[in-house]
Amino acid sequence: MTEKVHIAVALDGAGWHPAAWREPTARPTELTTAGYWRDLVRAADDAGVVFATIEDALTLEGRTAEADAGIRRDRVRGRLDALLVASFLAPLTRRIGLIPTVTTTHPEPFHLATGLQTLDHASLGRAGARIVAGSSPQERANFGRRGDGPVGFPASGHVEDDPAWQAAFREAGEVVDAIRRLADSWEDDAIIRDVESGRFLDRERVHNADFEGEFFSITGASIVPRSPQGQPLITALAHQSIPHRFAAEHADVVFITPGGAEEAAVIVAEVEQAAAEVRDEPERLRVFADLLVLIEATEAAAVEAWDRLEERAPIATDAHIAIGTAATIIDEIRTLAAAGVDGIRLRPARLPADLTAITEQVIPVARAAGILHDDDASPTLRQRLGLPLRSSRFAAQEVSA
Amino acid sequence: MSRRIHLAAHFPGVNNTTVWTDPTAGSQIDFSSFEYFARNAERGLFDYLFLAEGLRLREHRGRIHDLDVLGRPNTLAILAALAAVTENIGLVGTLSTTFNEPYELARQLATLDHLSNGRAGWNAVTSSDAFHGANFRRGGFLDHGDRYRRAAEFAELSKRLWASWRDDAILADADTGEFLRRDAIEQVAHRSDLFDIDARFDVPRSPQHRPLIVQAGDSADGRDFATAHADVIFSLHTEFEDAQEFYRDVKGRLAAVGRQEDDLKILPAASFVLGDTLEEARERSREIALAQVRPETAITYLEQVWNRDFSGYDPDGPLPDVEPDTGAESAQGFANRHAAVRSRIAKLREVAEAEKLSIRDLIIRLTANHTFVGTPDQVAADIDRYVQERATDGFTVVGHLTPHGLDEFTDRVIPLLQERGTYRTSYEEGATLRETLGVAGQPVAVEA
Repeated sequence: MTEKVHIAVALDGAGWHPAAWREPTARPTELTTAGYWRDLVRAADDAGVVFATIEDALTLEGRTAEADAGIRRDRVRGRLDALLVASFLAPLTRRIGLIPTVTTTHPEPFHLATGLQTLDHASLGRAGARIVAGSSPQERANFGRRGDGPVGFPASGHVEDDPAWQAAFREAGEVVDAIRRLADSWEDDAIIRDVESGRFLDRERVHNADFEGEFFSITGASIVPRSPQGQPLITALAHQSIPHRFAAEHADVVFITPGGAEEAAVIVAEVEQAAAEVRDEPERLRVFADLLVLIEATEAAAVEAWDRLEERAPIATDAHIAIGTAATIIDEIRTLAAAGVDGIRLRPARLPADLTAITEQVIPVARAAGILHDDDASPTLRQRLGLPLRSSRFAAQEVSA
Repeated sequence: MSRRIHLAAHFPGVNNTTVWTDPTAGSQIDFSSFEYFARNAERGLFDYLFLAEGLRLREHRGRIHDLDVLGRPNTLAILAALAAVTENIGLVGTLSTTFNEPYELARQLATLDHLSNGRAGWNAVTSSDAFHGANFRRGGFLDHGDRYRRAAEFAELSKRLWASWRDDAILADADTGEFLRRDAIEQVAHRSDLFDIDARFDVPRSPQHRPLIVQAGDSADGRDFATAHADVIFSLHTEFEDAQEFYRDVKGRLAAVGRQEDDLKILPAASFVLGDTLEEARERSREIALAQVRPETAITYLEQVWNRDFSGYDPDGPLPDVEPDTGAESAQGFANRHAAVRSRIAKLREVAEAEKLSIRDLIIRLTANHTFVGTPDQVAADIDRYVQERATDGFTVVGHLTPHGLDEFTDRVIPLLQERGTYRTSYEEGATLRETLGVAGQPVAVEA
């Protein structure tokens, strides 16, 4: 039997290859315009892509910059706030999930929570967040509030060896807890509009968050009434043990970066193990494998295009790279599906070119081949992923009381 | 030559302005309400749509307030969504300088300016109290003076960040591989006891260069901030002579900082009630006021001031003859909580006695006294007079219903203003919000 998967896309600038902006099909002077993002995400929506993630970073250099590089003039620089781009896209799209990147060290968790709830309202239930832990020294200099934090990756390459990174992940966990608690703070039916008694809401059904953590506290309820999904979809990218545990404990969807099908199976097992140990969330953690793709009409043309990009700026990436025709990509998807992942998040090497290939070739062919989940009319992102809408923890308490 | 009227459209927020009990009142949170409101305001050629901010749900005597509308969207996120469904109208949100950070808020506003193609605005407010602070990492931590110092430094830093990219920073030369021009981005450093920032901004210069800045405070500090930084003042001065005096005072401060009279617009909040005759308008005004101030609303208002339980009092009777409980903070989240309670009560008694008002009528007088009541002709003439005689540059108009509270104004008053020749008959194609409002403020380009 064929294993079925979901297809998502990850969007960033002119694409994931650092030389992508130099391609003739690129739109490098439009990367911060409304039209660019509208075109990309509408195309993905029309094709049935289950969700789009939108990258972000609170620095000019991006999150993976070389510490001493200064401003690189040969790379795309400049971006828009991802949560606002997603909010802008909400009324312009119909089914696609909108998942902005959200960093957890400096922004106020209360603003993040109400922003995500508002995205869920404006999109009628298609909001998510990709949670990013930690901060770079550049980010700290931009905010100027906290001097402490990670300085690059530890020499061992493992974040679990660095107390600053451990703290960053604990803080990210608190931010997710706060987002979920605030989302739950209004029960579904808190607004009663009882003209007789003059009460707009039933205050017994609105609950203060009363969140007390190691890094911050939030006393009040959300200002935003309950949104269509109940809680936004929480996602995280994870490469290592601490991030795997973080995702297992806090996320609904984890993005993993296997080098191939075998490694995918190993990681899926590790993530499931971590989930068995630490997970409180009621639903099974969904696993999406990341795949960086460059797609041309022939294998030779794809290799040639890739070589042209690499000659200009060699890529450094965490994700497995698939270069070839739509059929090549579909084979990779099929293999990863067999390894047990729930979905694939495709990272187009070049935008809009490789996204166009995904929407016009990969998805229709993969769908026809029966390897995609049915693109049914499920209205919310959670439902499209087979996840139930979340009910408020406070409502649940009443039922059990 | 007659002066041009400017109008902002205020989406009614969470207070007793909104009559949620009206059978035609819609949702305060569904996006469709905001979309309807924005499209109608755009049909009326309003300069901008205006949103207040919520940072904590109001409480009354230690419990969440339940009589008026409560709950609203995140300001920036809803404005970004509205940018997608509108083309010309400005999008202005209230955002606190106390519970935001300059780098983050400047990038969000620049983002909104890109997404809206030059229609973003920021109503900069300060807030300091521990009640709201309890929802933030910051906590409540600033006294009045530091609050405005932080606001001024915040605005200054935001402007420097917005100006830090050269206009032509993005070269995107595929052949040479230069995406950015040399010296395309200026470093912005600022050290004080309030901020310690050494930043490189990450959003390219936006269509307006710097988003519009609106200011709402009325204190001396507030007026200084407005003179230095604001493009619009959202004032509460609507009584004609008082408004003229405020106008003279604020506009008189501009020359000293090298600004022109028109570079700072004054748009006080204004409500309205229309009728086919003056009598009909007055009757409707009374009906609406009674709906805005129901008996329990009036009693609650007094309880907030006195911090006592008045549930036994008759709203149609006189003010309670008791002393306030000043032992603790009472009306959490209401704007009046900083007022000196006793002088406030003395004032309430004075008004009530002079005009022989019951509790409910007193509260109506204070919170539901509609600015313009009359036939569309009378209202249009009134608005025009304020602008022509330099009492205001226009108004921030708020209706009492959501989301269609400005439909009637758009249908019946706007055409008359247009006939008078003092209101636009179309938006200028591709105009930014600054251009629509006619305020200058393009920064000097950063030279390489």
